[in-house]
Amino acid sequence: MNPNRFSRSLEGAAAWILALLWIAPLLYALWAAFHPPEYATRFDLSAPLTLANFVRAWDFAPFARYFLNTFVLVTTILAAQLVLSTLAAYAFARFEFPGRDVAFLLVLVQLMIVPEVLIVENYRTMGQLGLIDSILGIGLPYMASAFAIFLLRQTFKTIPRELDEAARIEGCGPLGVLWRVYVPLAKPTYIAFGLVSVSHHWNNFLWPLVITSSVETRPLTVGLAIFGAPESGVDWSMISAGTLMAVAPLLLAFLIFQRQFVQSFMHVGLK
Amino acid sequence: MPDAAALSASPRRARLAFAGFAAIHGWLLLLPAAVLLVAFTHYPTVRTLISSLYSKGTSMRPARFVGADNYAAMIEDPVFWKVAFNTFYFALGTIPASIVLALTMALWVNGKLAGRGFLRLAYFTPTILPMIAVANIWLFFYTPGIGLIDQMLGLVGLSGRNWLGDPDTVLPSLIVMTVWKEAGFFMIFYLAALQAIPPELKEAAMLEGASRWTYLRRVLLPLLMPTTLFVLINAVLNSFKLVDHLFILTKGGPNNASNLLLYYIYETAFSYFDAPYAATLTAVLLAILAVLALTQFLVLDKRVHYR
Repeated sequence: MNPNRFSRSLEGAAAWILALLWIAPLLYALWAAFHPPEYATRFDLSAPLTLANFVRAWDFAPFARYFLNTFVLVTTILAAQLVLSTLAAYAFARFEFPGRDVAFLLVLVQLMIVPEVLIVENYRTMGQLGLIDSILGIGLPYMASAFAIFLLRQTFKTIPRELDEAARIEGCGPLGVLWRVYVPLAKPTYIAFGLVSVSHHWNNFLWPLVITSSVETRPLTVGLAIFGAPESGVDWSMISAGTLMAVAPLLLAFLIFQRQFVQSFMHVGLK
Repeated sequence: MPDAAALSASPRRARLAFAGFAAIHGWLLLLPAAVLLVAFTHYPTVRTLISSLYSKGTSMRPARFVGADNYAAMIEDPVFWKVAFNTFYFALGTIPASIVLALTMALWVNGKLAGRGFLRLAYFTPTILPMIAVANIWLFFYTPGIGLIDQMLGLVGLSGRNWLGDPDTVLPSLIVMTVWKEAGFFMIFYLAALQAIPPELKEAAMLEGASRWTYLRRVLLPLLMPTTLFVLINAVLNSFKLVDHLFILTKGGPNNASNLLLYYIYETAFSYFDAPYAATLTAVLLAILAVLALTQFLVLDKRVHYR
């Protein structure tokens, strides 16, 4: 065997060992969730499979409500982000107006000063607006996304002006042009941003924890944190089952649309 | 003469009117996003700086202006220094390790290894799991005695320890978990950059007799420099804003040994109800982010020159 091929197979082995190490925590969670609690730390291939942990977890915490809350939250944020950032990106990409460049710089500030940093003052603002412990209150700070505005502006700028002018000659107003020309051509960017936004807000924790205080508004992550707290007793099998339930929709979507997910994250990262 | 002036003025007036329309349209389109951005980014930033200059108000005594008193108190606060040290330790522990791993992963996934699809899937999966769920699973690994790590150590005859309860091991334990969570995310950016590098470069290098190592060091790494800087900035930002795992794993303990700046801000505001001090601490975090933003600005500038 020549040395080059040897080093390559060594590399292959290292890559696989790392990959196995990387999915081991997830595999462990699957093991604990689908076996009776007495097998949580005993890896016996003859251990019986069971769904009892999932049943106990489901009964222990109002998961159905948490799922609904997260679903409403993620959809509301995404819908608002898409509308608001489309309008703003169109303004930045195709309109000349005084103060445009300064405004754009001010928008970019949010890329660095993310809402997580401002939880204290934003909590006070939500109190003044009467939005504490509401799903709207969780979503509001994220609805204008500098990241989405930036991405869409870059995309809109690559669209030839001739298409724009042709649509105007056909009698479209500014919003008509946006809807008929820009939005359809930016579809890949919308899909990419949509996937990134949904996975981010499905997993987001700190601000939802701060602003919510009841079962009716708590998203899955906050519910899961209460669920895993020591007060609920250390029942690894049940915690694993609950954790898997919470991540299942996103994880399954990822496994099915893996290529699309990775492409989207790449697309968004390249800009 | 007046006729000529009127003739030349009217198209200009029309142009001005058109520019006016464009300006109004532009601002109207921007308005909804601008209102929310100002309300939840710029206004609270300014409010934070102002609050940090006032004392804590009570129902008996309203808050009054105290100048830099809160900052002086912060300098005297041993917990603040502990937290600042931890935050930098945590950043130094997670960032270089995740970047090196991310690059290695990207090179493997982009190469000709068997089962590339599976490798990519395995590396990327931690990225889409919420930190809370990840912490729930890892808590079990670190549990003293019955936890997975102690059991494995037991198999080879070593005694375990209280990983999260010991001030010496708690931060390294959190760092390992965070590297595991983040490396796959940064891999994606390297992967995107690698796919944009033309294969002819590699062929040319091989024709010249360069080894793979030389090719990596002399060709790939310089070409990937802008990506590395981009990833670096994002990694630093993440290390300041990601504290979710503390809520499950340590609550900042034992004795603040794993407390990080943002978690301390949360505790100060929502457990100790000391809003002015929380604002003071937030101001420090904002200053760090401002420095980071400036660095990125200058770096991005370089990136343009580089191309």
